[in-house]
Amino acid sequence: MAEWTDDGACLLAHFDNADDLLRAVTRLREEGYRLLEGYTPFPVDGLAEALHFEERRLPRIALMGAVFGGAGGMLMLWYLNAYDFPINVGGRPLDAWAAFALPAFEMLVLFAVLSVIGAMLWFNGLPRLHHPLFDARGFERVSSDRFLLAVGRADPLFDAERSGRLLEELGAVDLEMLAP
Amino acid sequence: MATTGDSIFAGVRSYAAADRKITRIPLHYPYPKRWWIAFAVTGFFVLVWLVSVVWLFWRGVGVWGIQMPVPWGFAISNYVWWIGMGHAGTLISALFLLINQGWRNSINRFAEAMTVFAVLMAGMYPILHLGRPWLFYWLIPYPNTMTVWPQFKSPLEWDLFAVSTYLIVSVLFFYIGLIPDLASVRDRARRRWVKMIYGVLALGWRGSARHWKRWQVAYWICAGLAVPLVVSVHSGVSLLFAVGLEPGWHSTLFPAYFVLGAVFEGFAVVTLIAISLRTIFGLEVMVTDRHLDILGKLVLATGLMTAYGYLFDSFHAWYSGDPYERGTLMDRLFGGYAWSFWATILCNVVAIQLLWFESMRRRTWLLFTIAALVTFGMWAERFMLLVTGLYRDFLTSSWQSYWPSFWDWSLFAGTIGLFLFLFLLFVRLVPMISIFEVAEAMREERADG
Repeated sequence: MAEWTDDGACLLAHFDNADDLLRAVTRLREEGYRLLEGYTPFPVDGLAEALHFEERRLPRIALMGAVFGGAGGMLMLWYLNAYDFPINVGGRPLDAWAAFALPAFEMLVLFAVLSVIGAMLWFNGLPRLHHPLFDARGFERVSSDRFLLAVGRADPLFDAERSGRLLEELGAVDLEMLAP
Repeated sequence: MATTGDSIFAGVRSYAAADRKITRIPLHYPYPKRWWIAFAVTGFFVLVWLVSVVWLFWRGVGVWGIQMPVPWGFAISNYVWWIGMGHAGTLISALFLLINQGWRNSINRFAEAMTVFAVLMAGMYPILHLGRPWLFYWLIPYPNTMTVWPQFKSPLEWDLFAVSTYLIVSVLFFYIGLIPDLASVRDRARRRWVKMIYGVLALGWRGSARHWKRWQVAYWICAGLAVPLVVSVHSGVSLLFAVGLEPGWHSTLFPAYFVLGAVFEGFAVVTLIAISLRTIFGLEVMVTDRHLDILGKLVLATGLMTAYGYLFDSFHAWYSGDPYERGTLMDRLFGGYAWSFWATILCNVVAIQLLWFESMRRRTWLLFTIAALVTFGMWAERFMLLVTGLYRDFLTSSWQSYWPSFWDWSLFAGTIGLFLFLFLLFVRLVPMISIFEVAEAMREERADG
């Protein structure tokens, strides 16, 4: 099935509030539309679920970063202090894992945070300095009080006339067709 | 909303109103004249800081009052004080996000900024305290021509890792949380170059549902990692003391005792900043009396936990039966630095008892005064813990007092000036309250009501 592509070829419908947007998304999904995307000023609870969008990769990437940082940190400290440059301090063990635990934990946190933030930006296609949506009329209100619904023009059900009418019935206050 | 019944954001009419009120401050700054005066005053102290650092580099650490047996002095006690301040910002932001406290949404931004700047001030001190600060990178394990590696059984190395990780994570957490609001400022800006700067900083944020979902997942994961990070960082700081064998320091109580004291101090500083900002910018509808009430309770609760630390630190010394431990305890209570101990008790234990009463917590000026006392009290406490552990060594012949020199004081004043200077820039250039999180909390609140 076709996936949502962020190319800006879509019909944009403006809504006044989050509830209207949520209702419209649910209805369009029921009608069979699949290429949908919402734009909101703040994370709206339930919108990603209504779009059937799930994000399972990020927690796994964070876990991988944590394991890499923690285990790699421990290994590095062991290599530095027990193997490559052993210093005998009063006969204490060279592989002092208890002493290494704190710096290794810091590396665990550091790598987990760096990888999850890096992956979030990468998956979101950021940073990106320009996007066709920025040319849309009134798109700047997305960061204030508008809730937008984009219907991809590649959607098999898409029909400028019919889709537009349906969105207006659902309470859209403004419609705009965007070419890529 | 997990807090009690009445609405927090009842005073804000709409999302757009909240958005305008906050983005207006960086875009059309309301009090340019006052800001420039404050900028000039703090700018003077930045110069004081600069001169103190240059003089220190020129002459070495001998310009400070440190000597044997007190080689640490202000450099380390102020380091502990500054980094402790930062911890409350992380906890307000991360911990209260995880336990779903919507009220945190209007104070987390400036609390995070406080964290970043405080950690910068803290991180500078140990480096300046090195005899040859320009060689600080020797602490970092990098392959070098000397073919040696740092010794990781030393808490000094733990602290290098802890503080640098904490700084990076705090900056990233602050920035990631800021991106949607930078997009907001970009969209409200009229002038092209302003739009461009905020546009670049916002990284092209479009607020799509997929963006938000991924952002939320990443933000929550970072928050979940930041909470244990705070505990590990300040435990690492306390171990600088506790791992040594000095009487008065060598105690298993120290990590918990230090972490709680740090959070206590941080909540007090957040209270100071919250009251200042809301009074100056008229943000009473967002930083409400309820917020101050909650902050008052947090200061009281963490203060009592810290008081437990004072009690058991003293009990531990007495119960050990060790003459040196007992000697240090007596020095703290009645010795040459007794003023710092009693100032600590007065500010951190006695003064906060007023916060039991709601009528007291609701008096802004009183809350401000108590928070200022706690901020000073925690500084006195860190000084007291440090100096009393050192100035009377095991050998009577090496006893010597430590008194900060002019350059100790000027550097300390300079760091405070630099902190405020950075904070002024933050207030002037960045939305100081998280716009989208306030809007989100408003929506949840209204859906519940």
